[in-house]
Amino acid sequence: MACRMKGMHADNLQLDAHGRLKHFLAIEGLPRALLTQILDNAERFAPVGDRAVKKVPLLRGKTVANLFFEPSTRTRTTFDLAAKRLSADVLNLNIEASSTKKGESLSDTLRNLEAMQCDMFVVRHQSSGAANFIARQIAPHISVINGGDGRHEHPTQAMLDVFTIRRWKRRFDALTVAIVGDVAHSRVARSEIHALRILGVPEIRVVGPKTLIPAEVESLGVRVFHDLEAGIKGADVVIMLRLQQERMQSALLPSGHEYFREYGLTAARLKLAAKDAIVMHPGPINRGVEIASDIADGAQSVILQQVTFGIAVRMAVMSMVMGTQALGGADAEHD
Amino acid sequence: MPSMIRLRGGRVIDPATGMDEVTDVYVEGGAIAGSAPRGAKLKRTVDVAGLVVAPGLVDLGARLREPGFEHKASIASEARAAVRNGFTTVCCTPDTAPVMDNPAVVEHVVQRAGAARGARIKCLGALTVGLNGQVLAEMHALKSAGCVGVTNLDRAIMDTTVLKHAMAYAASAGLTVFLQSEDYWLGSQGHMHEGATSTRLGIPGIPRAAEIIALHRDLTLVAATGVRAHFGRLTTAEGLKPIHDARRAGLPVTADTSILNLTYTAADIGDFDANYHLRPPLRDAADRSALRAAVKRGSLDAVCAYHEPHDADAKAAPFALTEPGASTFDIFLPALLDLVARGAFDLLTALKAASLAPCRILGLPGGTLAPGAPADVCVFDPAAEWDVTPDALASAGKNSPFLGRRLRGRNRLTLVGGSVVFDDLKAR
Repeated sequence: MACRMKGMHADNLQLDAHGRLKHFLAIEGLPRALLTQILDNAERFAPVGDRAVKKVPLLRGKTVANLFFEPSTRTRTTFDLAAKRLSADVLNLNIEASSTKKGESLSDTLRNLEAMQCDMFVVRHQSSGAANFIARQIAPHISVINGGDGRHEHPTQAMLDVFTIRRWKRRFDALTVAIVGDVAHSRVARSEIHALRILGVPEIRVVGPKTLIPAEVESLGVRVFHDLEAGIKGADVVIMLRLQQERMQSALLPSGHEYFREYGLTAARLKLAAKDAIVMHPGPINRGVEIASDIADGAQSVILQQVTFGIAVRMAVMSMVMGTQALGGADAEHD
Repeated sequence: MPSMIRLRGGRVIDPATGMDEVTDVYVEGGAIAGSAPRGAKLKRTVDVAGLVVAPGLVDLGARLREPGFEHKASIASEARAAVRNGFTTVCCTPDTAPVMDNPAVVEHVVQRAGAARGARIKCLGALTVGLNGQVLAEMHALKSAGCVGVTNLDRAIMDTTVLKHAMAYAASAGLTVFLQSEDYWLGSQGHMHEGATSTRLGIPGIPRAAEIIALHRDLTLVAATGVRAHFGRLTTAEGLKPIHDARRAGLPVTADTSILNLTYTAADIGDFDANYHLRPPLRDAADRSALRAAVKRGSLDAVCAYHEPHDADAKAAPFALTEPGASTFDIFLPALLDLVARGAFDLLTALKAASLAPCRILGLPGGTLAPGAPADVCVFDPAAEWDVTPDALASAGKNSPFLGRRLRGRNRLTLVGGSVVFDDLKAR
């Protein structure tokens, strides 16, 4: 409580005294050089997955705890794989929100996990700011990676997205990127917006009906479009966001059918984007709601590559927060 | 012969008369005396040169947490914290457990308050049973037990028929209704002001419309029922207009804002600092400016602490899962002086908004140093600097947004009904 000083932002908490990554909680506030370093390190980890023995010993002897307070398949699996490919021991804990509500407070849960002598927590929680809170609470030797907190940030997802963009587009400084859909409820969108802006993307657009665009979103450095065709016109990258069914129940949208008609990405609409535009999606996709099947499986789609790159990006982040990103030496040992 | 206290040589400010001069104040028999009464035996002369002598501060809605939430604070701890910081009257809210919707709870609170030897504790009774917004509380009984008003606090009454009846009934019982207007549907899902910061942090927002819609609704029913109504904790610039219009139309309406809404904005939540988690929420800079201007010109009558002490666990969670509210007794006076120093309004206006105005809203005779008034007095050092640390807070609640800040202004002496209930003059 006493350490909670006014105006202390996530970047201070994330970086150690030398500006190195200590936790990975949010993209917001990180320097461009650090994001570039994550991407470069991820490039070096990417071939590990193609080897016969998909392991490097960088985190040997370290214990990584995946703390998922909210269900997840993809994110947890890729974190799990990333940790294992770094030779860490992995503890997967599904902590149902209900059981924490029943008595044990989040702080108590953390104390217990600390006592298990873990070195790193990967945290997913339904409440914005949870990873941040945990990073402030736990013992200083433990690093925290945010695997998604409420509607706030999902920084590793954003990094794998910009990794994918860099693979296809090489440079960021002349791109137009459109993020389409439920921006209001999306931690992915927030992290992407920060990452794209920090990396120098000159035009970032958010596209969706007013009910799915958060208040004063322009303050994040984006242009707002309520018309899909205008919003993706000339875009080099089109990122489609997942639409949750519950948005219909809370009267934000009339139906998935109408949403697809107005905001679904179809072949005809994709033609409005740049000729070599790529289509991305953080998954899991709702075919026929936010994206047509032929586009999801089409030549311009890089959705599955995103998943593959997710492992390399998470390996890069995990090794960096543990201070063991010196891949060259580790490779020699492995070979 | 009655004994007497003389406060010698202080800068005496009386918002009721506009007095601001260096002079002596005499207290005799629990009341302010006009001058040294002839033949009276001087019990004590207190040198208060260099200090400000003013009417005691008043909070229109403090959560004293007792009965029911003694792990956060108690009537004794907060009544003492109040006088340590210059408060002489504190209205306690009815959201206790059990709820203060019947005379038994009121009597319990009154009895505990009497034993505390701190500030005067005045009870705000529940407007509806259990604050459930459905069944009217026994308002006549609450009034007989000593309640100075009735309120449903931040528990919005969704059913407008119930609200209309509650207001009409309170009117016939001669009770002021204390309202915190927020539309249930727009407000209940949010945890902070809807705007750039809520978008950045990904925290569900409470739009300004939640307050504005509810103000219009509530004021319409005030007009229909003729009840005396006090609107507490206004947060929006746009909400000031319907209040202003209602007053111009002659409705018996008063209003206040909180010291925190005059000091901070939603942007100060920064990196999920739960000590800034308030309900109603901090708004943005334009709202804050409008609220400051409204205090200056008098369209907001009062500035209140809205003291909400919490235990450490209440704030030890991700932002939205923490309990709203800030512990404000300790920082109220220096924060008010800070606003004066920033030119938001002058000292006389500030002290009027913090003492005389709330007394008038409550129908109490205090808030002035005029002869005959109850001797509820605070004496403070406007220049004393201190660091806000948990240990420096007298309240049991250490949940202050000011933690880590250095503040200027500290209360040194408090009189309630002519008795010295706090004396820290030697700390000068």
